[in-house]
Amino acid sequence: MTKTIRNFAAGAAMLALAACGSSEQAPQRLTGIGATFPEPIYTKWFSEYQKLHNEIQINYQGQGSGAGIRQVTDGTVDFGASDQPMTDEQIAAFKTARSSGILHFPTVLGAVVPTYNLAGISAELNFTPAALAGIFLGKIKKWNDPALVSANPDVKLPSAEIVVIHRSDGSGTSFVLTDYLSKVSPEWAAGPGRGAAISWPVGLGGKGNPGVVGLVKQTPNSIGYTEMIFAIQNSMPAGRMQNAAGKFIKATPESATEAAASVPMTADFRVSITNASGDGAYPISSFTWLLIPDKIQDAAKRTVIVDFLKWMLGPGQSMAPALQFAALPAPVLEKELQAINNIQ
Amino acid sequence: MATTPAALPDTRAKFIQRVRTGDPIAHTITGMAAASILAITGLLLYHLWAGSGLPRETFGWSFVTGSAWDPVAEKFGALPFIFGTVVTSIVALLVAVPVGLGAAIFLAELAPRRASDALTFMIELLAAVPSVIYGLLGIFLLVPFLQTSVVPALTATLGFLPIFQGQFLGVSIFSASMVLAIMIVPFIVSVSREVLLAVPQDQREAALALGSTRWESTWKVVVPYALRGILGSVFLALARALGETMAVTMVIGNKPQLSSSLLAPGYSIAAVIANEFAEASSQMHQQVLVELGLVLFALTVLINGAARLMIYSYKGAEK
Repeated sequence: MTKTIRNFAAGAAMLALAACGSSEQAPQRLTGIGATFPEPIYTKWFSEYQKLHNEIQINYQGQGSGAGIRQVTDGTVDFGASDQPMTDEQIAAFKTARSSGILHFPTVLGAVVPTYNLAGISAELNFTPAALAGIFLGKIKKWNDPALVSANPDVKLPSAEIVVIHRSDGSGTSFVLTDYLSKVSPEWAAGPGRGAAISWPVGLGGKGNPGVVGLVKQTPNSIGYTEMIFAIQNSMPAGRMQNAAGKFIKATPESATEAAASVPMTADFRVSITNASGDGAYPISSFTWLLIPDKIQDAAKRTVIVDFLKWMLGPGQSMAPALQFAALPAPVLEKELQAINNIQ
Repeated sequence: MATTPAALPDTRAKFIQRVRTGDPIAHTITGMAAASILAITGLLLYHLWAGSGLPRETFGWSFVTGSAWDPVAEKFGALPFIFGTVVTSIVALLVAVPVGLGAAIFLAELAPRRASDALTFMIELLAAVPSVIYGLLGIFLLVPFLQTSVVPALTATLGFLPIFQGQFLGVSIFSASMVLAIMIVPFIVSVSREVLLAVPQDQREAALALGSTRWESTWKVVVPYALRGILGSVFLALARALGETMAVTMVIGNKPQLSSSLLAPGYSIAAVIANEFAEASSQMHQQVLVELGLVLFALTVLINGAARLMIYSYKGAEK
């Protein structure tokens, strides 16, 4: 018995020594937590970046935008990521907790599409802002409502009851949709409002993008909403949205980039690009952001973050379209390259 | 006691030494194990209480009676979630207890031993299936089956009852109850079977000698003898049903509402915590979810306590 204990202790001591020894040449490790929507492109970026710099390891966990903001404020991670910009209160809380500011860096763009399950209809349906708001408010109850019929003169819409499907978990996708609906419908703004989790007037909740897609596929005459990527991956029909210029636009990486290009950018990058004015802009688009403290004590980490951001804004952007993410427009990239200098 | 250990023969001294020191050591170790359960429960309760100060002050008891759930306006009421949790668990038990007990009786009393062991092994495998798998099976197999076969038959025959009225969209309190029932049957079967097998053989023989049939001996002698253990299995199943998260959220519809119909969508406490906690960014929203944990804790204690009381009073009346 004592012998085993002694052996065990010796083994543990050796392990500890080994750990100390290797930490001398240990890779520079960075951790980030945040939004799930950009996780595929972030994972791709971090692994590509590591191929260029063997000594650097960036670990990203998609736990949700809320978790990203919370953990970066608590200082448990090196950076956060979010599908919605931090609120003024959250930034104030960050300042008191970390005695430094927080910078928002847009990375890519996403788009949220209405997706539906109508037997025999594979055409891309057109949705006006009023029709979409009416459906999610529960005011438009049937598929052959005049608001839908007049926007889709070539499609024979059934006289079936609409079943609304929404996200049950708090989500950046819901935030982007409700942010859009709040802009185009005063009734929505006064009622449910905008948020990652809201009180939905009608409908069933599905957990996560897969939950919503699953429910829409199984429920006849249903309508839901999901990130453009999930609709494409699951070969679901995606509706065309009427934008602020009055045109019906299909969601593509290009139309999302155009939305971003048509909105004036502010210095802190906290900009909502829903209902953008551009002619070819898809109206339910959004940035997704990396959240990075403007004071980083550890010089080595600071160098890595600055270098990664520069790489992400350069070669990184060209990897986005292959994964169905929209790249940032050139003026935004330029502005961000200047903002990197604010990291001290 | 008067003689000193040194005066005793060597082996006797060793024996007495063993008796004196061995038992206290075992006592301490097992006592500590028992105390750890108390400590974990205490810590859990403390954290749930300390982490939910803000909503407790803001809403007071109206939190438990309110039915609004609006994270944007920060209006929170837990009633629809309490309702969904309790109703799904009770309906699941109503389905699972007869099935589980029936299977246990067959496996313990009637089936050949070999078949019984093989079947029990399979049932124990079922108990080890992760709940997300049950949820997926629920949404892709059970829900379509309910939609095409079970619910039309139910509404045709029992449609006059308010609990089987209204539109059925697949995901509902009823679907969640059925998935839960399937999940908890293995617990009831495997524990109840063990308990029934532990009933002494003389009990059965005595009943048979008095002229009872095989079924009478099983139902009137063996089952009452094992009742306490069987109820234990039911409590275990109930606890699992009350706390089940993943499988429920996938098939319940996640709509916080009070509805008299089982065919309508609902929501449960565990499901809303899992759904909203990761993205709850305001202090209030986070703390409200912690308070829901507290409510679930209290609910479990209350339901288990009430069930136990009911059984004891029933037993008392019988005597």
